Amino acid sequence: MSLTAPADVSLLADDVETDLRASVRKVLDRHAPTDRVNALYDGTDDVSAPLWSAFVELGLPGLLVPESLGGAGASAVEAAAVLEELGRAAAPSPYLTSSVVATTLLAALGDTTILPSLASGEHTAALLVRPTARHHGPAALTTVGLPADVLLLPEGDALYAVRGATSTRLSSLDMTRPLGEVDLSGAERTLVSDDAAAAIDRALLTGAGLLAAEQVGVARWALETTIGYLKERRQFGRVVGGFQALKHRLADLYAEVEQADAAARYAAATLATDDADAPIAVAVAAAFCGEVAVHAVEEAVQLHGGLGMTWEHPAHLHLKRAKADALLLGSSEAHRAALAVLVDLPAPGA
Amino acid sequence: MDETELVARVAALLEAHPAASTERLDFLHARYDAGLAWVHFPEGLGGLGLPRGMQPIVEKAFHAAGAPDNDPRKIGIGLGMAAPTILAFGTEEQKQRYLRPLWCGEEVWCQLFSEPGAGSDLAGLSTRAVLDGDTWIVNGQKVWTSSAHIADRAILIVRTDPDQPKHAGLSYFLLDMHDPGVEVRPLRQITGEAEFNEVFLTDARIADADRLGAVGEGWKVANATLSNERVAIGGGAFPREFGMVMNVAKTWRERPELRTAETHERLLRGWIDTEVARITATRLRQKMAAGVPGPEGSAMKLSFARINQQLSGLEVDLLGDDGLRYESWEMKRPTRVDFFGKDAGYRYLRAKGNSIEGGTSEVLRNVVSERVLGLPTEHRVDKDVPWKDLPR
Repeated sequence: MSLTAPADVSLLADDVETDLRASVRKVLDRHAPTDRVNALYDGTDDVSAPLWSAFVELGLPGLLVPESLGGAGASAVEAAAVLEELGRAAAPSPYLTSSVVATTLLAALGDTTILPSLASGEHTAALLVRPTARHHGPAALTTVGLPADVLLLPEGDALYAVRGATSTRLSSLDMTRPLGEVDLSGAERTLVSDDAAAAIDRALLTGAGLLAAEQVGVARWALETTIGYLKERRQFGRVVGGFQALKHRLADLYAEVEQADAAARYAAATLATDDADAPIAVAVAAAFCGEVAVHAVEEAVQLHGGLGMTWEHPAHLHLKRAKADALLLGSSEAHRAALAVLVDLPAPGA
Repeated sequence: MDETELVARVAALLEAHPAASTERLDFLHARYDAGLAWVHFPEGLGGLGLPRGMQPIVEKAFHAAGAPDNDPRKIGIGLGMAAPTILAFGTEEQKQRYLRPLWCGEEVWCQLFSEPGAGSDLAGLSTRAVLDGDTWIVNGQKVWTSSAHIADRAILIVRTDPDQPKHAGLSYFLLDMHDPGVEVRPLRQITGEAEFNEVFLTDARIADADRLGAVGEGWKVANATLSNERVAIGGGAFPREFGMVMNVAKTWRERPELRTAETHERLLRGWIDTEVARITATRLRQKMAAGVPGPEGSAMKLSFARINQQLSGLEVDLLGDDGLRYESWEMKRPTRVDFFGKDAGYRYLRAKGNSIEGGTSEVLRNVVSERVLGLPTEHRVDKDVPWKDLPR
């Protein structure tokens, strides 16, 4: 078996991406300040609805929807920029579950009835799978991205659109990405496709690849916030960022974050161009970036000292987001196992 | 000049000097004189003043034609360190005199920087040069000099003014390694080989015309050399599954009986780290081509050192009984750098040098945290004190 050749793609941001990133960051600064995101954990959600409205105003829900169905016809590279900003803010949004995973799935199946309402942001959709699913499999009654108006229910190779199901929000480790339990009794279902397995896998692959961009956003926030703090914080009569034990940890973390950024960009670029290397690129980015994000925020908590353990400081929001993200759509271990098959490095006995 | 014109220029050279029927050295001379040696160098000095990114076009075309090369692995120090420094700081006369035989491999270069008492603290070096008429007389000892045993010339940094603080009293020279005052002795390493040498300078003589840069500006010139060294180590173009992971992956595929769950995880992590380093290096090259400085450069070498050490250690573990074999402890004096040849044990031992040579990982972490992240610099007691008054 010969390895797929790496794709020859640009890994640099163009003007469109840079402008998009700036607009998204502005909206997040305005609508998702720490105190409001914090309140999610105490049962008050004053952030999701206004933030989603602002996303709709920017046309973000339709980025991956074809122009013929009212979307922007943009690519995974632009969606990755949005997700990186969401990670940086640890903000709640159905963007990944509805505007990336469900949208990619419906677009691949040629749907023309649900997509326009997802593009306009009027409705949101969620694929009914286990939160940690990497592959098409039996539907689970616990899923991410709720509440959603449309649930996409896999049954065998078929996919149904379900409306009117009742869902219960769970108390979960990361309250910025709600988990819910779904009751399908009494809900109406319509068949979307009787041959959806490959499209579901592709949508989950896209989700995992772009989740890596969110993880880079989380990691970058942790690195920059920690460096900023260590340049201010004084102990023993000096700025603590001058202690070599801390400088060296930050230098290593910087190298990790830069590499994660490059890996996530490569994954997004191969998804955007539908390159044959996308499965390898996504497995690499997902396995790498999930661990970097967790490590970066764990370092942030430690290096902020007692402050990092407080409810008031946003580090905990990022820690919970990073840890949950590391399991979402497949753990690093699961992505390494997938990679082993793709690059012909089989597991013992396989 | 665009790509088509460049390819045409290569074709014209090949027509005038057919690869098969031209003497190797004649061919290399012709290639240099046609500006096709290093296209980013100026015209008249082996180049055409083109972007560095166009060099692979030339290499590919000559390679396809079966043309002889200049044995880059033998003259890597000349190409990667001496040449860019001479280009940046040399007089017109120095550039004309040295660059052509350097590129063509007629003169092999080595680098006389480190000393037994000056490793990470290079600027503290104590080899002295004293001016006598228009000749400098040099005394001292250098160490870790690869290729010194085959070298014709050396780039050399020495102390010319001990009354100045350490960085200010240095000067940079181009030394004739055949001078009677130069003695080269092999320095045996943990691999058994003597890839490096110790170089003893006893009343070695250098004409003042072979000084590179002004007297007292040696540190500035040396820094240009060192930054080129780090680019050379961290900034190449890599294929997928390159370097240390290649051998381990090959063993894994060919010998299923060796596979265990733990080695599998280590292998996959190493494979991923290697691939991520490849992508990061690709992005760095794209940034440099677009004229955006990429601060990742200094971090790349940190990653390569770690990856090489982890994977070469894994290879010995994976091979088990066979991992304990070692081809030969005979003290050879290789003429070419070889990180990946020989057996797993050799690779394991040689990779230990990767976090030391060209800047230790500890010094690089200082560089990254201070110059990239803007954290406070280390407290220095030796910065403004005359070198001769420093405690040693």
